[in-house]
Amino acid sequence: MKEEIVADMDPKEMKARMKMPRQPMGEQDAKERVKNFYEVPLGYTPEQAIAEAKRCIQCKKPLCVAGCPVGIDIPWFIRLIEEGKFVEAARKLKETNALPAVCGRVCPQEDQCELVCIVGKKNEPVAIGRLEKFAADYEREHGEVSVPDAAKSTGKKIAVVGGGPAGLTVAGDMVKKGHSVTVFEALHTPGGVLMYGIPEFRLPKKIVSAEVDCLAKMGVDFQCNSVVGKLDTIDELIADGYEAVFIGSGAGLPYFMNIPGENLIGVYSANEYLTRVNLMKAYQFPEYDTPVIRGRHVVVVGGGNTAMDAARTALRLCPKTVSLVYRRSREELPAREEEVHHAEEEGLDFQLLRNPVRFIGDEDGRLIAVECVKMELGEPDDSGRRRPVVIEGSEYQLECDVAIISIGNGANPLIPQTSPDINVNKWGNILGDPETGRTSKKGVFAGGDIVRGGATVILAMGDGRKAADSMDEYLKDGKW
Amino acid sequence: MYEITEKRDLAHRVSLFKIKAPRIAKKRKAGQFIVLRLDEHGERIPLTIVDSDNEAGTITIVVQEVGRTSSLLCQKGKGDTILDVVGPLGKPTHIENFGTAVCVGGGIGTAVVLPISVALKGAGNEVLSIVGARNKDLLILEDEITEASTKLHVTTDDGSYGHHGFVTSVLEDLIKDGRKIDIVIAIGPVPMMKAVAEVTRPYGIKTLVSLNPIMVDGTGMCGACRVTVGGKNQFVCVDGPEFDGHEVDFKELVLRNRSYLKEERIAIEEATYHEGTKCYERGDCS
Ligand SMILES: Cc1cc2nc3c(=O)[nH]c(=O)nc-3n(C[C@H](O)[C@H](O)[C@H](O)COP(=O)(O)OP(=O)(O)OC[C@H]3O[C@@H](n4cnc5c(N)ncnc54)[C@H](O)[C@@H]3O)c2cc1C
Ligand SMILES: Cc1cc2nc3c(=O)[nH]c(=O)nc-3n(C[C@H](O)[C@H](O)[C@H](O)COP(=O)(O)OP(=O)(O)OC[C@H]3O[C@@H](n4cnc5c(N)ncnc54)[C@H](O)[C@@H]3O)c2cc1C
Ligand code: SF4
Ligand code: FES
Repeated sequence: MKEEIVADMDPKEMKARMKMPRQPMGEQDAKERVKNFYEVPLGYTPEQAIAEAKRCIQCKKPLCVAGCPVGIDIPWFIRLIEEGKFVEAARKLKETNALPAVCGRVCPQEDQCELVCIVGKKNEPVAIGRLEKFAADYEREHGEVSVPDAAKSTGKKIAVVGGGPAGLTVAGDMVKKGHSVTVFEALHTPGGVLMYGIPEFRLPKKIVSAEVDCLAKMGVDFQCNSVVGKLDTIDELIADGYEAVFIGSGAGLPYFMNIPGENLIGVYSANEYLTRVNLMKAYQFPEYDTPVIRGRHVVVVGGGNTAMDAARTALRLCPKTVSLVYRRSREELPAREEEVHHAEEEGLDFQLLRNPVRFIGDEDGRLIAVECVKMELGEPDDSGRRRPVVIEGSEYQLECDVAIISIGNGANPLIPQTSPDINVNKWGNILGDPETGRTSKKGVFAGGDIVRGGATVILAMGDGRKAADSMDEYLKDGKW
Repeated sequence: MYEITEKRDLAHRVSLFKIKAPRIAKKRKAGQFIVLRLDEHGERIPLTIVDSDNEAGTITIVVQEVGRTSSLLCQKGKGDTILDVVGPLGKPTHIENFGTAVCVGGGIGTAVVLPISVALKGAGNEVLSIVGARNKDLLILEDEITEASTKLHVTTDDGSYGHHGFVTSVLEDLIKDGRKIDIVIAIGPVPMMKAVAEVTRPYGIKTLVSLNPIMVDGTGMCGACRVTVGGKNQFVCVDGPEFDGHEVDFKELVLRNRSYLKEERIAIEEATYHEGTKCYERGDCS
């Protein structure tokens, strides 16, 4: 069947396709969108989606697929869009990617499939991410979401710890294989970073909830408010009859800088700031009960996606200024280019090659300023990036009443502490086999950020898929 | 959904609740707490597990009305439900036979110290309790504390009951009387805990305090609950809630607990909220 679809393309047509311009994506105007939390990109219309799908030359040896961490059959789903079979396209995506509506929005396509797309050699690459988002949204918005049939029950039950993208993938795959699945989630809602970290304007929470609801309909049992290690330990779960356990507890421990003044009122970790705003809906305070300090002058420290999310969230809480303090230059910013661009449009002030050295407070312990130093780039370090070095005597102060520290997260030690027979590395990340997710403890698998440190949604999902396959095998043969 | 199976008013603006949460009831140990969220719009607030009944599958909490969430909770009664209850959180109190333990409870801290007194007595300690309240009507759990102690000293700020004065003066008297005290556990308002720690410091008596910073998740994910102990940052929800009272930076804790004074006032006044993200505090931003 595949062959039919990727029939040789007429060379003339191929050339024509490669010259077609990329379909632009409508966006909320920057001036408007900083006043709301609605999604920024508006999404393709069906006509635009078909037009964009026509730019794909249906490569026989598609480079994009090799660039996709989970190997989605990209030309095939694009072909289905081209033919107007949007729902089929979504189902095709779901064969390899459990959460296409999420990935279409948050995957760094420019570093993966779109980076290597052949059309991108001379023109802009096919907008694979936008097409993925389109197909998944179309299916959901048209009430066409199908609940896949579960296989005949195997009578075996397994536990998943953590309801982030890794855990949700394992849950979906295992329930489809006929096992009975319980997800234990520490927070009051599953979704992990998708729910508490990534802001509404980038990933509407109703999309994540819809995916979770779908899994529940397939029979996954969600036990929220369940902190594994505190309520039950892994051993107790096993004793309770769970024949295998997947740990997808994420990288949830925020790092601080250990500089003076870090505990002043107004200094937040990005996790706290984003959790208050996203999960607890502090942007709707006092309609929602959880407050957040809005601040007139906000400083965000860091340069990753999390920093960009925190900065763009702060911009929406009507401050006078929001500045990003990052110790390297613009080229080294680890955040996605698209997010940097969006942040720029929304008025983020980039203080590049700067580093905070202390926070300054008033007599009530409230933050009033941050002292920074200027930096310059020296020799490359281990990561190959040029090492930032302090310029002596370059101290200056930036006025601010809110500072958000976004310099990365470590592994939450709760599970390793209560299950010492699960081996971890020196940073506390669980050692899981990259191909199977197997840990040092029989029957226990792990994947996603708890293994990788801070990575991406799609890698977490890829880990989940591999772990589910390996877990299914283990349930059959009992071999470790 | 977690059902309230019993509610009792203990004093002015202080109520006791039993909540159906069998999994937590089975697991919890002295010194641990829960985080609850009343409804979809609710804030997550931490409350100590005062007692549990494994058979009935309930946990007991004692709540003082201080702000929006605690007041809404105290309006609830038997048969009402709470949307989310997560726990048991925090490290359990380290219990062993120390010899003589002094348990100091001030205000609502009396409820928090109760399960620790019970456990210490169970481990064979001589438990001397000192409980302070502003006046007789605000004294809570007197019977329960009496039962959990070898001896109970009550103090009231106005002298309406028991010893007239503060818990610290009774503690000082005990020390000066030459009682051998192996450990002091003090739980109550921050100024009280600080004062107790200052009383015991010159004598080198080990003193534990249970800290009550503002929390969000209660699982170590956000850092809202961080306090400085012995010059190091600690997350109270996972590293605590109990710490060495001689090492805690109480001043910082007091300040940090005032982070949202303005917002707390607004929450109580239920200021009208405008659509979108238009500011509740500054109308000038749109
Ligand atoms: C602000 C932010 C923005 C990001 N933006 C992007 C992006 O644009 N694109 C991208 O690809 N990646 C992005 N990432 C990274 C991405 O979100 C993560 O790599 C991914 O979510 C990891 O998935 P996970 O399932 O391993 O863990 P998580 O998503 O962290 O989920 C772990 C879950 O486990 C739960 N848990 C933890 N401990 C326990 C326990 N003891 N018992 C029960 N449950 C527990 C947690 O509450 C949580 O729900 C971003 C991350 C952040 C923080
Ligand atoms: C580990 C732990 C155990 C606790 N156990 C109990 C308990 O058993 N019974 C009980 O009544 N309370 C307990 N508290 C305190 C309780 O969590 C707060 O009273 C509650 O969060 C106030 O919420 P609110 O919305 O009603 O008030 P808010 O409007 O949020 O605050 C009202 C006032 O209370 C103060 N406040 C806010 N948060 C806290 C806090 N976390 N601790 C102390 N004061 C605070 C503020 O300074 C403010 O002025 C505990 C706190 C912690 C961290
Ligand atoms: S590499 Fe580009 S053109 Fe080729 S199949 Fe993939 S998306 Fe289509
Ligand atoms: S409450 Fe979030 S880390 Fe302690």
